[in-house]
Amino acid sequence: MQEAMISKAKALLADGTVTRVIGWKRGEFVYDVTPAVFESAQELDEGFVYDDFTAANVSKYLIKESRKEGKILCFLKPCDTYSFNQLIKEHRIIRENVYIVGIPSDGKLDAEKIKSKGITGILSAQRDGDTVKVETLYGIETLPLADAMLEKCLSCKSKKHVIYDELIGEDGEVIDSDRFDMVEKLENMTAEERFEFWRSELSKCIRCNACRNVCPACSCEKCVFDNPQSGVENKAPADSFEENMFHIIRAFHVAGRCTDCGECSRVCPQNIPLHLLNRKFIKDINSLYGEYQAGEDTTSRSPLTNYDTEDCEPKIVHERGVE
Amino acid sequence: MLKIAIDSLGELFGKIASAQTLYIPADRPDGEAEYRKYEPGMKLTGRLNTVRSAKDFFFPQTESLVDFKVEGKNIEVIDPRKECEDFVVFGVRACDARSFTILDKVFLADPVDSYYKNRRDHGTIVTMACTRPAETCFCGTFGIDATAPEGDAACFSDGESIFFKANNDKGQRFIDSISSLLEEGDTAKLDEVQSKTREILKKLPLAALSTENFGGDKLNEYFNSDKWGELSESCLGCGTCTFVCPTCQCYDIKDFDTGHGIKRFRCWDSCMYSDFTKMAHGNPRLTQLERFRQRFMHKLVYFPKNNDGEFGCVGCGRCLSKCPISMNIVKVMKALEEK
Amino acid sequence: MQVNDNKDFQPTIVAFCCNWCSYAGADLSGTNRLNYPTNVKIIRVPCSCRVNPMFILRAFQRGADGVIICGCHPGDCHYTSGNYYARRRMTLLFSMLDYLGIERDRTRVEWVSAAEGQKFAKTMNEFTEAVRKLGPNRRLEDLRCRKQ
Repeated sequence: MQEAMISKAKALLADGTVTRVIGWKRGEFVYDVTPAVFESAQELDEGFVYDDFTAANVSKYLIKESRKEGKILCFLKPCDTYSFNQLIKEHRIIRENVYIVGIPSDGKLDAEKIKSKGITGILSAQRDGDTVKVETLYGIETLPLADAMLEKCLSCKSKKHVIYDELIGEDGEVIDSDRFDMVEKLENMTAEERFEFWRSELSKCIRCNACRNVCPACSCEKCVFDNPQSGVENKAPADSFEENMFHIIRAFHVAGRCTDCGECSRVCPQNIPLHLLNRKFIKDINSLYGEYQAGEDTTSRSPLTNYDTEDCEPKIVHERGVE
Repeated sequence: MLKIAIDSLGELFGKIASAQTLYIPADRPDGEAEYRKYEPGMKLTGRLNTVRSAKDFFFPQTESLVDFKVEGKNIEVIDPRKECEDFVVFGVRACDARSFTILDKVFLADPVDSYYKNRRDHGTIVTMACTRPAETCFCGTFGIDATAPEGDAACFSDGESIFFKANNDKGQRFIDSISSLLEEGDTAKLDEVQSKTREILKKLPLAALSTENFGGDKLNEYFNSDKWGELSESCLGCGTCTFVCPTCQCYDIKDFDTGHGIKRFRCWDSCMYSDFTKMAHGNPRLTQLERFRQRFMHKLVYFPKNNDGEFGCVGCGRCLSKCPISMNIVKVMKALEEK
Repeated sequence: MQVNDNKDFQPTIVAFCCNWCSYAGADLSGTNRLNYPTNVKIIRVPCSCRVNPMFILRAFQRGADGVIICGCHPGDCHYTSGNYYARRRMTLLFSMLDYLGIERDRTRVEWVSAAEGQKFAKTMNEFTEAVRKLGPNRRLEDLRCRKQ
């Protein structure tokens, strides 16, 4: 796949279709790839990589990149295309300046997850069917694929590219995923248990803002939590409430726009399952206002900028579920 | 050397905790480690290091500096500082132990930061020598020996026992306080473990990384380097690297209006944030390039310039594993060195 | 669910009332000399859809024990459709708070027209009583704001 992508990129650079390519650049180890812009065939040969660790969603970078001179080539995985489409809908990306090549993805690995299984000194990782073979400084370890795969890939919602100029490989289908299982499990707990769960998760937050800054839906020029005039600006969680406030408001602000790309949970240094907040909103929207997938198209109205005179009353919350 | 069997660690922790507060790195359900207040039954983590560094004990993420109580036209100024109790931090790695030397240079230099000093005076640091360094480790680059950590007292494990060595008077007092549980032991096996660890340290992927091209005299050479553009291009401008870093020490002081008074507090800040240098006249660091450059120039050039050649990094590798886009000080050093 | 034993507890209730219906409804209940608890602090907003979820969390942060949003009946919005948007937003927000384990009776939305002085007083009496039973808000408060 990597070779096909490099030769495609070289061809498009050579015929002048694009002037730059955004992709992933090889790092020091097998897993630390960095999103990067390549401008020549030589740069592509030296550093371009597409493998089991190229999980980063590059669509948010295109807000900035599409405003530069010349057209840019981007390689988008199926989940990335939803984010891209949503940004088009929000008029954040200039479509004419981007050439999209859709690429398939069969799930990415998570070095942090491998390390959390007690494996250290990782030198290489090889997928082999349902297992992953990890070569380390202390010998070779084998673990089940599910124990090494990113959470967002384990509950992948779609292998379909919703926007592209060209595809490498076959397009996939929307998958009937089990992504709401954990949300449902939480809903069935008692309020006390839910509170304990979220308190223990959210109190780990160090307010590094990685979740916000990586989120393709968080593209405000100035975040309300960075604005001293807003009255809620805070650089650090001063007490237990602070982190709740930030995460509730952030999840609410992206509700109806979040495509469930899972980047927030991927980048969280404290492994807070932030996607469970977003998925709760998605699940509620689906069940109360009809199925809606953000980023699926560029024209439909988002559920929160829309209404129906027959909508349910808020007291439905008080009447259903476990208290 | 005095030692205790690893199986008896619980007993040892119990004894320390009966006299003063004890913190040890323990496992979290998600497989990561964090420092926790010791409670009976708690076990030392198997992970090499914690997500948050040990600097939290002396330089917490937020702390109250002063409270103002407003009643009518009167303002009462309240000092919220409480008497700090003695505490022990056990199991600090060599990299984190060195970070205290770096933080001391900032907070204990004139004018002394009394909040920091208070905690520093009351804390005893017991370090633990590494036996299984990770691929992200590069403490050797900064002259740190992972097998002989600094700190008030140091521990060494040979897999069966833990050996103790005092590095200063405070450490000696600590060892004296637990000596009833310790016995004299033979270090033959420990020496073997140590030399094996040293072999691994030499084989680490980043073992060849050197600071020879960095230091206080490199300002002009690197400040205008054209590498900063591509290096900072994908930076998200989040504060992950700063907040997990054991040596980052920048903070902000803010007032919080509680509705019936004011709480003045200090909290960690990050030079990666867009408002870090925001002043009344505007912001001198307008793009991520300048902010990104600041962080690495500070660690590799400005800090050694002002602190007798001491670098502002200890090679703990936290930023290498935690950066959302995997950009880090090692990549920056290697890129800058390329001529 | 916890039940408050303290009979003397006086909750602080914040009521966001839309200018055109509910605020006038509150006025009417006053001119009709109907009683509703002094615990209720009314904040007038131009429309129920002006209420940002942040306002509600802010109120809880700074010591409110219950927050109620009152607006025109669906279909009667002064701005035609504001309360329809508010309805969706509040449903989702309350559902999220419930998901986070916050007591669900601390929040409510009620449609009160300018002619419903009676309903306003009744709603406030009921809501205050419900929150009084729950006791002080501890899960969404900011400890720094607690009065010593």
